[in-house]
Amino acid sequence: MVTMTADRPAPARRGQVPSADQLDAFRAVQQLTYRAAADVAATLEPGITERQAAAALRRRLEADGVDDWFHLPFAWFGDRAAFRHFRLPLQFLPTNRRLEEGMGFILDAAPVVRGATADIGFTSSLGPNPAVDRVMDDLAAHRALIVEEVRAGRTFREVYEAVDRLAAAQGYANRHHAYPGHVIGHAIEPLDPGPGIGITPARFGRRHLRSLARTIAVGRRERWSPLWSGDRRSDHPPVAGLWAMEPHLGLRGVGAKFEEILVITDDDAAWLDDDLPHVRRWTERGITATGAR
Amino acid sequence: MSAAAVRERRVAGFGGLPLAVQERGDAAAPTLVLVHGYPDDHAVWDLVADRLAADHHVVTYDVRGAGASGVPDDRAGYRLEALVADLGAVVDAVSPDQPVHLVAHDWGSIQSWSAVTDPVVGRRFASFTSMSGPGLDHVAAWIRAHRIPGAGRWRAARRQAVRSWYIAAFRTPFAPKVWRRGRLARSWPLVVSRAEGAEVDARWPGPDLVANGANGVELYRANMHGRTAPKVPPTTGIPVQLVVPVGDRYVTPALLDGMERVAPNLVRREVGGGHWIPRSKPDLVARLVAEHVAAVEADRAPEPAPDRDVVVVTGAGSGIGRSVCLAFAERGSHVIATDLRAETAERTAELCRLLGGTAQSHALDVTDGAAFDALAAAVAAEHGAPSIVVNNAGLGMAGRFLDTTDEDWDLLLDVNLRGVIRGARAFGRLMVDEGRVGHIVNVASAAAFTPSRTLPAYATSKAAVLMLTECLRAELADDAIGVSAICPGFVDTGIATATRYVGATADEQDERRRAADRMYKRRRVTPDAVADAVLRAVDRDRPIVPVAAEARLGLLAQRFAPHLRRAIARIDLTPPTRPRPAEGSPS
Repeated sequence: MVTMTADRPAPARRGQVPSADQLDAFRAVQQLTYRAAADVAATLEPGITERQAAAALRRRLEADGVDDWFHLPFAWFGDRAAFRHFRLPLQFLPTNRRLEEGMGFILDAAPVVRGATADIGFTSSLGPNPAVDRVMDDLAAHRALIVEEVRAGRTFREVYEAVDRLAAAQGYANRHHAYPGHVIGHAIEPLDPGPGIGITPARFGRRHLRSLARTIAVGRRERWSPLWSGDRRSDHPPVAGLWAMEPHLGLRGVGAKFEEILVITDDDAAWLDDDLPHVRRWTERGITATGAR
Repeated sequence: MSAAAVRERRVAGFGGLPLAVQERGDAAAPTLVLVHGYPDDHAVWDLVADRLAADHHVVTYDVRGAGASGVPDDRAGYRLEALVADLGAVVDAVSPDQPVHLVAHDWGSIQSWSAVTDPVVGRRFASFTSMSGPGLDHVAAWIRAHRIPGAGRWRAARRQAVRSWYIAAFRTPFAPKVWRRGRLARSWPLVVSRAEGAEVDARWPGPDLVANGANGVELYRANMHGRTAPKVPPTTGIPVQLVVPVGDRYVTPALLDGMERVAPNLVRREVGGGHWIPRSKPDLVARLVAEHVAAVEADRAPEPAPDRDVVVVTGAGSGIGRSVCLAFAERGSHVIATDLRAETAERTAELCRLLGGTAQSHALDVTDGAAFDALAAAVAAEHGAPSIVVNNAGLGMAGRFLDTTDEDWDLLLDVNLRGVIRGARAFGRLMVDEGRVGHIVNVASAAAFTPSRTLPAYATSKAAVLMLTECLRAELADDAIGVSAICPGFVDTGIATATRYVGATADEQDERRRAADRMYKRRRVTPDAVADAVLRAVDRDRPIVPVAAEARLGLLAQRFAPHLRRAIARIDLTPPTRPRPAEGSPS
């Protein structure tokens, strides 16, 4: 166990870390969602649009028992997976971009099942794409880095900057910078079991947005932020809870990310689950946690 | 270059007109016939012929009406049919058994196109190297096609029409008189040497210039008007090398578009230089001819013109340099990534290959002149001259002038200024010698035109780079090499984390670096934006490309608000060494 240390006063801790049962529920939803994304990805064919792919993933997850959403599925094809030329805030919404042979793509979905939320990012390509493969390989080092830095008690801002430095050394652009709030991660709140109350036009679930707004307000008072970015509001030691981490790297028009839940307790941090497609893929390819082969 | 021995002889041309023929080199070697243009005579080829004589049987002759050849009695004697027959007679005389390699310039090239597409005379040629002279049938078809508006055709036609002013002038009765009056002939050597960079000597433009100019007007009068071009121009199957000097004042490169319809087996080579490249770039012309002839003699297909850019980038291991490499790789260029640290350069090369380009990496210290020359030699041996050079490597330095030591200055200027000088010189020389049409990009900074008490050394080094760029741009314009300065503002490249703060303790140094880096990150201008600016500079040949709003504003302030600029210069931009307390703290 590592004790978190920092020269700044620790922010007031919010709520309890989820119980073991709750963690199991979150893990199950995360598994369910990655499975659905992998299955839908396997059915994608040339000519399909982002909208069609996102809708297929939504149908599949709703059939699997999803009853609410943090956000509906997104799909990004080709250079849209690197958020290239994104200037306006809503450009991440699915478009009629068609998938082509050899194109990389990302499926990103955040469904809720009985109050437990997953937020996943699944990167793949239609047919071989060495560039996508390479960026995915190099993401392994980021997964290891994030958990190491949090365990060392670094502030969220410092973790963000460490990821930035690693990406720059690898030669990649930081594309999570293009996310709303420029976040590399965000808090995931356990919700009451029960149906959702609708979706905003920007594809985010209303119940989750309300919960997030409340947490932001609490965070303001307690000097921490549920939106994990590189700015001053994130310059606080780790805050216990569930955090969906989504490092997103870009190499010109090639983009890749993973997204999964990091569990931060008062004195430790660990990924919720290691049995995920990207982790299995790294193992198969002989990539160690540090990213070296 | 020592002059080769010249053997003079006379050959009877069409209608028995005597033609003065000069031969150099071993008559058993492959025969080259060099045909001159207007208002030249055979002497225009002297420099090229001397260079080729060692390995070839080089033949030049004076076209009818020029030099020591006979002058036809009437205009009909200048018609293409006569010129083609003359060429056939010369070929039969100097190489009765073997086909010859034809090399022609200007009007010589015009008549040679008629010769190589002629059903009888055409069989006498093994290859053709054409400079600055399209076939007249092709020109007629080109003008017909360019009557249709769209795709920039009217603009191309207008550009060519402006450059063809002399053809209209030659229809007036004054044209020969102007030559005979003598003033034009007296100033001609100055015109061609100053405006064209051509090497003049006693034999070119020689004593016959007035007669060449006055008689040669008949070439235009006899052939350019009232001619009915065939609907389907005759073609030739021999290997043709079309050498296109992009700075030609008389024949625009666009006029030579579509020559492959006349000669399907055609390689087009665009080179830097003006109309008289046989006199301004004899080494280049001789090399291109020799290579083409060697390929044809060995029954090889001539080397195709390079279809992609070879790009050399310094400081390619991180930041802007790496992004520039990736941007070029994405277009399919061949990238040569160099950096002080070999492993970061290799990483860049690896990423370039992932993006579909080809790439190689070299360790290079830009302060090491010998290493630069060695790299240039290695690149030249493998790829020839690069088409694009990006001098990007640079250091950051901040702090008071009075705290900046001599050693600080030496290091900074050695990298930021002399590094650019070394790169531009080593590769610029290669590019000029090989006639490579290309671009040199120097990465300067918005600091180059934005004075600041915070960056005296850095801004000075970058201002020098900017001025160097402008001077070099003027010098290399005639060689069709563009030179651009990229002036980025605050770009998140990691330069902030490596900037040296003079007069600061180690702790202050770290803290300032971190604060500056965060400020740069907040600006959110990425190296990719600079890379896109580099592509823009190359594609549109822009002299100065500012990147980010502060750079554009700085450029405006320099022009329109120098007082404001001086006031801003007095603001100390050194990042504070104490982080400010977080906003929204509970009171």
